Amino acid sequence: MASTAITLSLRMRSIILSIAILAVALFAWELAIPPEQDAGELTEYELLTGGGAPKAGIPPPSEVLTKAWEQLSDPFYDAGPNDKGIGIQIGYSLYRVLTGYFLAAAIAIPLGFLIGMSPLMYRALDPYIQILKPISPLAWMPLALFVIGDSQASAIFVIFICSIWPMLINTAFGVANVRKDWINVARTHELGSLKTAFLVILPAAAPTILTGMRISIGIAWLVIVAAEMLVGGTGIGYYVWNEWNNLDLTSVIFSILMIGIVGMLLDAIFGAVQRSLQYSE
Amino acid sequence: MPKPFLSIEGLAKRFPSPGNTAEPLTVFENVSLGIEKGEFVCIIGHSGCGKSTIMNVLAGLDEATEGAVIMNGKEVRGPSLDRGVVFQNYSLLPWLSALKNVTFAVKARHKDWPRDKVMAHSYKYLEMVGLSGGAELRKPSQLSGGMRQRVSIARAFAIHPELLLLDEPFGALDALTRGTIQDELLKIWRGTGQTVFMITHDVDEAIYLADRILLMTNGPQARVAESVEVGIPRPRSRDEIVEHPNYYKVRNHLVHFLARRSKELAGSANTTPNGQPETVRFGEGIDEEQSGRPPLYAINQ
Repeated sequence: MASTAITLSLRMRSIILSIAILAVALFAWELAIPPEQDAGELTEYELLTGGGAPKAGIPPPSEVLTKAWEQLSDPFYDAGPNDKGIGIQIGYSLYRVLTGYFLAAAIAIPLGFLIGMSPLMYRALDPYIQILKPISPLAWMPLALFVIGDSQASAIFVIFICSIWPMLINTAFGVANVRKDWINVARTHELGSLKTAFLVILPAAAPTILTGMRISIGIAWLVIVAAEMLVGGTGIGYYVWNEWNNLDLTSVIFSILMIGIVGMLLDAIFGAVQRSLQYSE
Repeated sequence: MPKPFLSIEGLAKRFPSPGNTAEPLTVFENVSLGIEKGEFVCIIGHSGCGKSTIMNVLAGLDEATEGAVIMNGKEVRGPSLDRGVVFQNYSLLPWLSALKNVTFAVKARHKDWPRDKVMAHSYKYLEMVGLSGGAELRKPSQLSGGMRQRVSIARAFAIHPELLLLDEPFGALDALTRGTIQDELLKIWRGTGQTVFMITHDVDEAIYLADRILLMTNGPQARVAESVEVGIPRPRSRDEIVEHPNYYKVRNHLVHFLARRSKELAGSANTTPNGQPETVRFGEGIDEEQSGRPPLYAINQ
């Protein structure tokens, strides 16, 4: 019997351990929640001021799971501005993230190519990149709201500005570091500059560019929650804040978990694309 | 006298010294030589004599400070598909399969060819270097060093360059693999009659492959001092070649040059009137060149 336990693959053992950790954590969480205190005898005044209502507290995991089941079984309901399904909220967030992100990619990748190919452009643009890069994306928000005037577009702009830098820097780095030998192969085969860019430099720099894109999508997903808390209206960030205002901590915890799961899926997708473009020398 | 197929005229490469204060550093100078169509020429010299630079200039990847290279009556300016290059480190594109690396070159050469013709042509050359049966679908990282160099040779031959430039193509291979690929190279070369210019460090490899071996003095201010005609009839076989009376004469001459004279001659000027390297030819009975020297020299520097 013992031998079969040892021969279990590492994968199986890691799964079992993961589940065990989850079970222990949930159990500890459930135990740590103090039971609802009986309010006892209340004066008329206390009853009138709502003293008999249960106090808001951290919900136990069982409540969160019930909430998750309830929300996920009908994710796309829409019952007015302050009551939309989790699917709709995540959909809004994804729409903003992907729009801002792909706008950034459309600018960062060609510009990164230019910077990577030309030492002159690299030196000329480097100071601007160095200054703009460390600015917290939310610092742009007031300016964006004033200039753009629209809160939705401002949120997309914030995503754009935060996801552009890793893509720009990684593209420039990848392009600048393409092995000279491969460029020479293109030259000895009389490839024009456009063909060289697409047939040699792009595939050679692709893994580095994808690394930048993967970092960017991670940052964009981090930033959208904060941005939506500011602009409000829709989106998962707004949802978290709205549930906090409702003092519905069960929904807050549930939405935090959902943010994590969506972020993980986004990263996994980019990870898979990155692996498919990876090559070994 | 008509110009040879490939004519190198007064080539020199100099690098400015730091700060432009002192004399520029001359890697090599006064390199003038001619190569006939279909000739197989090897060039030997110690590291730093600039043979790789000469090859890069021939390929059009580098520019000489002085002089010119003329091929087929036209000056070489920039890289061209007429000059195929096999690099020392194979320079295969690692994200493409072996087959795709060859079709990459064939498509660049014949832009109007349909897909199946490109494929057939590429397969033909891959089979010629002994790569078939699924190995051609692998990425370079999944192939051995010898296989990679085969792909690189197939890629170079498949575009039918008029001049093939090989930069120490077998330097990183083990002796056994090296021998096989040398034989394959000779076989393809005999079939196509292309002109080959090859850099090597291996004296025996040069004698086995070349019609003529160019010897360079040590750098800086290196030059091509001698052009040694091997004079062993083809086809050559590895075991019979050592029986030929020229074999050890040529070999001793090369080894002696590399071990001693490349250093002694460093910095000296060519004495021939046209600036071409001195021709050294060995024949039956002419062995004054060798008199008074032991039959074998070892390179001991």
